Amino acid sequence: MKKVSVECRNICLSYGSTEVLKDINIRIEPGEFFALLGPSGSGKSTLLRLIAGFNQARQGQLLIDGTDFAHIPPWERNIGMVFQSYALWPHMNIWDNVAFGLVERRVARAQIKQRVEAALDLVGLSAFATRRPNQLSGGQQQRVALARTIVIEPQVLLLDEPLSNLDKNLRIQMRQELLSLQRRLGITTIFVTHDQEEAMTTADRMAILNHGVVQQIGTPTELYDFPGNHFVANFVGTMNNLQAQIRQVNAETITIGIGQSAPIQIKRENIGTIPTDALAQGSIVSAHCRPHHIKLEQRVPADSGARAWISGTVRSSEFLGEFTRYTVQTESQIVTADHPHRAGQSVWPEGSTVAVGIDVQQIRIMEASHD
Amino acid sequence: MKLPAGPVMAALLIVFLLGLFLVVPVGTVFIGAFINADGTLTAGHFAAFFSQPLMQEAFFNSLYVALMSAFFASLIAVPLAYLTVRFAFKGALIIQTLGVLPLIMPPFVGAVALQLIFGRTGSINLLLDDWFDITIPVMEGLNGVIFVEALHYFPFILMNLTVALRNIDGAMEEAALNMGARGLRLFRRVIFPLALPGFVAGVALVFVKVFDDLGTPLVLGTTNMLAPQAYLRITQVGLEDPMGYVISVMMIGFSILALWLSARMLQGKDFSTIQKGGNSLQRRQLGPVQSILAYAWITLVLLLVLSPHIGVLLLSFASVWSFAPLPDGYTLAHYATVFEDSPGMITNTLLYCGMAAGIDVVLGTTIAYLMLRTRLSAMRWLDWIASAALAVPGIVLAIGYLRTFKGAAIPGTDIMLTSTWVLIMIAYAIRRLPYALRSCVASLQQIHSSLEEAAQSLGATRSRTIQRVVIPLMVGGMLAGFVTSFITAAVELSATMMLVTKESQAPMSYGIYLYMQSTSGRGPGAALGVLAVIAVAIGTFASHWLVARHSHSSQPSHSQTGSVK
Repeated sequence: MKKVSVECRNICLSYGSTEVLKDINIRIEPGEFFALLGPSGSGKSTLLRLIAGFNQARQGQLLIDGTDFAHIPPWERNIGMVFQSYALWPHMNIWDNVAFGLVERRVARAQIKQRVEAALDLVGLSAFATRRPNQLSGGQQQRVALARTIVIEPQVLLLDEPLSNLDKNLRIQMRQELLSLQRRLGITTIFVTHDQEEAMTTADRMAILNHGVVQQIGTPTELYDFPGNHFVANFVGTMNNLQAQIRQVNAETITIGIGQSAPIQIKRENIGTIPTDALAQGSIVSAHCRPHHIKLEQRVPADSGARAWISGTVRSSEFLGEFTRYTVQTESQIVTADHPHRAGQSVWPEGSTVAVGIDVQQIRIMEASHD
Repeated sequence: MKLPAGPVMAALLIVFLLGLFLVVPVGTVFIGAFINADGTLTAGHFAAFFSQPLMQEAFFNSLYVALMSAFFASLIAVPLAYLTVRFAFKGALIIQTLGVLPLIMPPFVGAVALQLIFGRTGSINLLLDDWFDITIPVMEGLNGVIFVEALHYFPFILMNLTVALRNIDGAMEEAALNMGARGLRLFRRVIFPLALPGFVAGVALVFVKVFDDLGTPLVLGTTNMLAPQAYLRITQVGLEDPMGYVISVMMIGFSILALWLSARMLQGKDFSTIQKGGNSLQRRQLGPVQSILAYAWITLVLLLVLSPHIGVLLLSFASVWSFAPLPDGYTLAHYATVFEDSPGMITNTLLYCGMAAGIDVVLGTTIAYLMLRTRLSAMRWLDWIASAALAVPGIVLAIGYLRTFKGAAIPGTDIMLTSTWVLIMIAYAIRRLPYALRSCVASLQQIHSSLEEAAQSLGATRSRTIQRVVIPLMVGGMLAGFVTSFITAAVELSATMMLVTKESQAPMSYGIYLYMQSTSGRGPGAALGVLAVIAVAIGTFASHWLVARHSHSSQPSHSQTGSVK
């Protein structure tokens, strides 16, 4: 089967006077597992439905395999969609649900039988062919919805929050099944979710949307390590957003200070989007750092290593198993730090004084946030 | 989105049909009421109306009868509704069955029977006179009309109020109990106000129905009311008499007023206050004394409500029944007469009502689909217009038809449109459209649009999607709409009386009315009434059975009733 690309060019869409999608530009490569990640109301589902043909763009182009699809009705697109609610037809049994698309395509009866059997077999539901949708569990319904979609061999597979109606363990299992199925079939797949963990674990690449605008596109590690703005930084994983002051600007490095810390040298490659006029001595910037790059100690160790140390007081702690997440009040701001946990280790009680060591290599600076 | 041609064509066709058979005829009636013989605009007809003592009397009588009927219907319905919702007791099922009674027998049929039972020389008064030397004038004049209408139409209040009470969140009551309200105060201050929208909707419906009813006053010989006056004016003075139109406009006015008031009360008040995970009102066990009272009340109401049915049944088998509590002898002769005289009427009813209900379902489904599934924003208006047919009394629509289509021939023939049964059938279809429409809209609303989108993304075109997904899922609602339209059309009399020109065209409802005109015809009339009830009852049960079977097999799966963003 031919793998196709999906490309959105300058797509804008509005409901009445509300702009839902603003100038969307995304290119999804053939065979890619691509995630659209964003909070609710970010326009991700709208974009997915636009690709399926249920929404029309006000302007811009939707290219599939290089062809403009804007005026092709949904039923001629051969794009399979798995709905959040599964949308299994209650008046048909499982077999008829799965066979639906093939009947519409006037496939010969013998072949329908063969393909439906294969699809049900693929999702492990051959024994349930004569059941009605309401006789199946949530996970089984999800598999039927998937079988119904892939049986038509769509050129693109769209998944609209497909796992959100499942409980956590089932979600993780289905996530893996979905990924291995996609790898086996090689269909270009677009996956909408608001769960960053779901997106990071499955997607080859992903696009972060907020308020109808694409914030950043990249692989999960790119987005995690090098977020392009505050929204991405805070939406993908947890991020410390520390206020820092520029103490000195050199050709190769910038020296900053966080509170009363010793001078911290930041390499040019760790400088994110900052207007040049904000890169001046004395101006305030944001220093981004993940909680697990911040170490807590009883007191500043003799060998300070590659860390900048400031002192603080424990405000609260959450024990999460692998680590304990502390909220520490330093002189001027709150710092979140993840302290690895070992058996028998006690948790610092609220009010303890600790030394907070920030891994200098892992700091990225950005334009100061306004919120 | 560019609109495809199909939906636009369908919408235009519906606009044309509703325009021709609803808007224009009703408009004609309005014009007739406001225009002089020479075509100039005038309000003089209204002045003339109020200057005639007979018209004044008719006006106030109609208002009085409608209000009093609604009042007495409430007296019967409110305790019954409260009993079923509040207490766990077995009589609830009986009360539920009462709900279909007004649908299966027109009130004027019962009126004759009620006269034989409660009239001046009826069974009850004969017995009372014998035993206690007193008589009760329940069937005298307007009292009779009120009595018949209240007994007949109270289920409308009962059903609406029961639904409203069922949807009250039990926490509302618990909060009130917590604040110290109990007993009658709890009912008066919390429960009834919460259910008020349902109650008002029922009362408005009763008001409109009673205002509209032509058969009952005519059968009881009470002509000093609006509907009979309009009928007499048009049939005796002629189509040119403006008074008929003035009365028609007033009847529409009152209908719209009543429906508008109830719609206003419903606005912004969500019937169902039950929160997620909440429960409805807690059911209690009846104490022994309460049990006796409850069953006594239900028995009394049931006897009253069934008395017209029992009376008609007795009458249909009675050889002679006058000045006696029960018939003097029994015979099957009336049924023989009916089968000999009027098998045509039975076929006519089946034909007209079947076609009308069929048209209603097709129109209803189309309007519902266009309204809910396309972006034809004008469809809201169409829905509104179609529903407005509820406010147009049958006699008014019929007068409008007679005037609008006067002299119009069926295209390609010399046959006058007004002399055929086609208009009767269309009048039925237009008047019953709101029922079918509501039923279709409700069933389409329950189908999540992702079910259709899934079909489209799998390659089904719009029409194939309708055929394979929408229609099969809507079948229950469409069927329910068909049956409601069919059985309510079968008991329709007011438009029928105006539009029937030959006896060979008459449906059963008109036949019963004709028979009931003469004392000797009462027997066959009652027999025909019994046959009509049997036919309608069979239809109702068949459809309930079909709907139940259908809905059992296609309950939406649980995830689909769950959250949708």
